[in-house]
Amino acid sequence: MSEAATAKVFKPAPPVDRITVKVDGQVVVVPKLSPDWQGKLVPTTMIQACEAAGVTIPHYCYHPQLPVAGNCRMCLVEFGTPALGPDRKPVTNPDGSAVINKSPRPAIACATPVSPGMEIYANTPGVKAMRQGVLEFLLINHPLDCPICDQAGECKLQEYSVEYGQSATRFVEAKVHKPKAVDLGPRIMLDDERCILCTRCIRFTRDFVGDDALGIVNRGSYNTIATYPGHKFDNNYTLNTVDLCPVGALTSKDFRFEMRVWFLRETKSVCPSCGTGCNLLIGSRENRIYRYTPRDNPAVNGPWMCDAGRLDYKWIARDDRLKDARGSRPEVRTWRDVLAELAGRLRPATAGSVAIVASARLTNEELYLIRKLAQRLGAATDTIPHLGDGDRLLVNADKNPNTAGARLLGISAKPAGANLNDFAAGIRDGLIKTLIVFREDVTRFGLGADLLGRLDTLVASNVLPNETTKLAHFVLPGCAPAEKRGSFTNIHGRVQRITKAVEPPGDARPEWEFLGELLELITDRRAPATIEGLFNQMAGEVPAFHGLRWAALGDSGVTMPLEPGK
Amino acid sequence: MIVKRQPLNWAERLYLPAVWNGFKITFRHLLRRKVTMQYPEERWVVPEGYRGAPYLVRDQDGNTKCVSCQLCEFVCPPKAIKITPPGPEGVPADRLNAEKMPREFEINMLRCIFCGFCQEVCPEEAIFLMRDWSHVGSNRAEMIYNKEKLLTLGGMHQDKIQKWKHKLEEAKAQDMFPVKQ
Repeated sequence: MSEAATAKVFKPAPPVDRITVKVDGQVVVVPKLSPDWQGKLVPTTMIQACEAAGVTIPHYCYHPQLPVAGNCRMCLVEFGTPALGPDRKPVTNPDGSAVINKSPRPAIACATPVSPGMEIYANTPGVKAMRQGVLEFLLINHPLDCPICDQAGECKLQEYSVEYGQSATRFVEAKVHKPKAVDLGPRIMLDDERCILCTRCIRFTRDFVGDDALGIVNRGSYNTIATYPGHKFDNNYTLNTVDLCPVGALTSKDFRFEMRVWFLRETKSVCPSCGTGCNLLIGSRENRIYRYTPRDNPAVNGPWMCDAGRLDYKWIARDDRLKDARGSRPEVRTWRDVLAELAGRLRPATAGSVAIVASARLTNEELYLIRKLAQRLGAATDTIPHLGDGDRLLVNADKNPNTAGARLLGISAKPAGANLNDFAAGIRDGLIKTLIVFREDVTRFGLGADLLGRLDTLVASNVLPNETTKLAHFVLPGCAPAEKRGSFTNIHGRVQRITKAVEPPGDARPEWEFLGELLELITDRRAPATIEGLFNQMAGEVPAFHGLRWAALGDSGVTMPLEPGK
Repeated sequence: MIVKRQPLNWAERLYLPAVWNGFKITFRHLLRRKVTMQYPEERWVVPEGYRGAPYLVRDQDGNTKCVSCQLCEFVCPPKAIKITPPGPEGVPADRLNAEKMPREFEINMLRCIFCGFCQEVCPEEAIFLMRDWSHVGSNRAEMIYNKEKLLTLGGMHQDKIQKWKHKLEEAKAQDMFPVKQ
């Protein structure tokens, strides 16, 4: 990196005004201004100062990535400010400490700015009594149907009830009943009885998504969340409101009544559905994936992700998954035999007689092994672009998760897909005798069945069957991203790790494993047997990944310059 | 040490006193209350509160009480319980406003240790340890009781509270039927 670029990146930050406050007697220094949900600098609030001091204030409506509403009143705290004498100077005690005037009223921590010398009392008996009172009011009309509620186990109402709740209700009147199982939109089901009216969902869809779809109708105890009559709550981000909802009012139709959340094992991974690469958690139990939920990464997706990416997991459990490795003859069935036969065919291949259609759905490590294979065989490579609809927020038009990785590793042509016509011509002229296809159906991209029939050897590696795998002489069953480890490079050059959550079906194996073995059979040089070793080797060899280590990627990834050398 | 065997005296050599003593004991026991149970023709009647096999129950209106909350599955120490929740497309529950009912509920009686945690944790009073203590099956699959079998064996439980019925009545009184029909 040049000196100019270094200076640009490490520009000294402007001096920050800082305020010293006390939280439960603990001195904490916070900046006078903090970024709000849009990144605009606004006065730091008491809830942020408490968070900095390690004291978590219970809250429902406050969310750091949303505008402040201040309506749930759960974050009420007591506080005091330094007393000022007639000379407008702080009055001091005999021991030199400032005299604090305790505020006669509590204040909501989420919307009250801190001032110099302020003391916040977050755990006094009075504060606890207020939380108990607020919670009791919130529970007055709550149906308490936790046994049938999908939120149970990750419900703020349950959590705070343990801390501040009463063991029995004092409310003897009939509860107000509201509509249950209201169909809000194609992916969202609303239970109005459970709603505590924190308006997080309203603010999210109005201010973040820009789709003013939700609102509160009726008055008093009959307040309900609703859409405009006849309209549906349907945008690319509706399912985020299910995560946002602190109670079980908004539920996902897809996950509804599927599994209790405490059974789900959460695996940190990255969404493979588009070039954005949102960080997510894979919720799985007994080798079945139940849901994807977003994982907070301010550098990529914040705490959100799109609905399409979230629901793009069902194909992993399909029954017609490719499960068996297949060679050219029926008796060649085991991985060892298939790879040995394939290596025997590839080893004598002359330069230019092999073409590889890789996929930008493969991980960096797999593409790196394909690059090594292509270099050894003198093969031309390319990937197929998959474009769809994008939006201004998180959905990218590029539906491949690793387009940048394929480009940086030199697998894609410029532009991606440009070599496909050459491949078709090469096959037609008999120059290309072997075609290796990964995760694509080339019959839909100009290499029809008639052309594929002219090949001596067609190798197809995929997860699901398609026309290409049907025609292939060799079938190498691969893994979905949730079934293997590796890394993706998103469109902005951020290299992020994916983690295995479930086992692949049958004999299917991660592509990097069998590619490494195939490469060893052809070159007699062993590829690293672990994903860590493979990544570190790639970082050493490929200039675009220089300076990266697997361990340094961490859970949130590292951004690399997309144009190496600049 | 060697214990020397004492020679029998005249009375002992006659054997008749010993025979008489033996008859005395036999007759005494003949007149006592019989304690041996002729299993399997006779079965032990277990006392009230005995913790036998866990079964599912229906309420007095014939509704399946279990709402598939899976707390018993979670708490079960030997992992004998396996519940398949209904999912979004599942059959509607017997009581419409309870919304949920298990699609399948299996208890592996070979695994069950009759600890009673499932009964204790159940928020719906839907599973009870009953008085059945003898389970027979000719293979392992037979010892995994499914929902139908558990409900048949469990029978009816008189529900004093009937929470869901109450809720429904309360909602109807407010002219707001809470469930989509």
